[in-house]
Amino acid sequence: MSLEHVDEYRDRKAIGALVHAIEREATKPWTLMEVCGGQTHSIVRYGLDQLLPDTIELVHGPGCPVCVTPIGMIDRALELAARPEVIFCTFGDMLRVPGSSEDLYHVKARGGDVRIVYSPLDAVELAATEPAREVVFFAIGFETTAPANAMAVAMAEKRGLGNFSILASHVLVPPAIEALLSAPDNRVQGFLAAGHVCAVMGSAEYEPLARRYRVPIVITGFEPLELLSGILACVRQLEAGEAKVDNAYARFVRSAGNPHAIAMLRRVFEVAPQTWRGLGEIPASGLILRSAFARFDATKRFSSDIGVVPEDPECQSGDILRGRLKPAACTAFGTRCTPENPLGAPMVSNEGACAAYFRYRGLTPTT
Amino acid sequence: MCLALPGRVVELFGTDPLERTARVSFGGVSRKISLAFTPEAELGDFVLVHVGVAIAILDEEEAQSSLAAFAELEALEAGDGDVSS
Repeated sequence: MSLEHVDEYRDRKAIGALVHAIEREATKPWTLMEVCGGQTHSIVRYGLDQLLPDTIELVHGPGCPVCVTPIGMIDRALELAARPEVIFCTFGDMLRVPGSSEDLYHVKARGGDVRIVYSPLDAVELAATEPAREVVFFAIGFETTAPANAMAVAMAEKRGLGNFSILASHVLVPPAIEALLSAPDNRVQGFLAAGHVCAVMGSAEYEPLARRYRVPIVITGFEPLELLSGILACVRQLEAGEAKVDNAYARFVRSAGNPHAIAMLRRVFEVAPQTWRGLGEIPASGLILRSAFARFDATKRFSSDIGVVPEDPECQSGDILRGRLKPAACTAFGTRCTPENPLGAPMVSNEGACAAYFRYRGLTPTT
Repeated sequence: MCLALPGRVVELFGTDPLERTARVSFGGVSRKISLAFTPEAELGDFVLVHVGVAIAILDEEEAQSSLAAFAELEALEAGDGDVSS
């Protein structure tokens, strides 16, 4: 199948030319972080990191909402999914994510009504057609997904659906970048910002970060040519001693983002502190339902005894998500941690760095 | 999770801003997609679709100019190669 506006961004000759340009312009070593897990998968899938000159190191960022959903929230999802009155709707990525003792597949195998949905709007439709059941949607995601999740709540309200609620665990990119930059051992010198997050939010909120931390931030797409042109733009800034926000994904990203999506997000959600699995709590880095929509909050609708849940001590996902450790350097990688039996979420998510290395590189040691 | 794909708007339905939808074709496979966040989308536009919702409309001019820049760089690098070989 050929896709317009996709295939032309995978041209082999142009990829070679961009790699050559990066090689020529990078006169010293630079460490860049791609923020989004979708970008990590593209980079590893196309071997872009292996094509780049030795001067450029790409470290993989925390932009995988599945990976950073707190383990206590996964346990909460498992508990809800097991209730007989509940139809638990989720994106497919979440099914294999380990809670403290099992995952959603196990609950489904025991008879829990767990359904994979393509869109949060599908869960609203389901609530309308199953009035005798409680439909709970696992609303995770970054700023890209939050407006769609917000729209699902707004639609449920408009239709007067009393049997729809969400288990919300949203994360925001700029506070995570700030947390990484302010860590004393930070070695990231430039960021490839997540293109689809910026398609929604625009570029303005990255300006203060670029200024305060003197770091180039280049809004970057997901296709091989777009990733390489983001890297080239970042290298050019670093070599010139500049630190500004640049847009290398202008075909979809406007500086103001998408005002309709932002308005919906702000109508339904408000900013709150958020715990990131592997990273801990980051101030003002999450979204919770506004009080006017509290009746759609699954944590309020269903009581629970789940308190603080500890992580598996062997999983080093915190270091993976901060870009301190490459997946293949983890002692459990491919042995005690595989997609079939994961210790942590980065091994099973479609955006997890460990899953990318396992899928595209196998067990070959990489540096 | 932030995966989004461009597709072409091939049919429009409804007028209510929250419920306006389109059939969007992705290289032959089509789906019903919400246009609540892209009310200005028209037939034939390419929209960027994420979890069933269009989150941006393709800026054709920007797309063409970045593709032209790639082609220019490719020609330049090919020229460099000729000189050095």
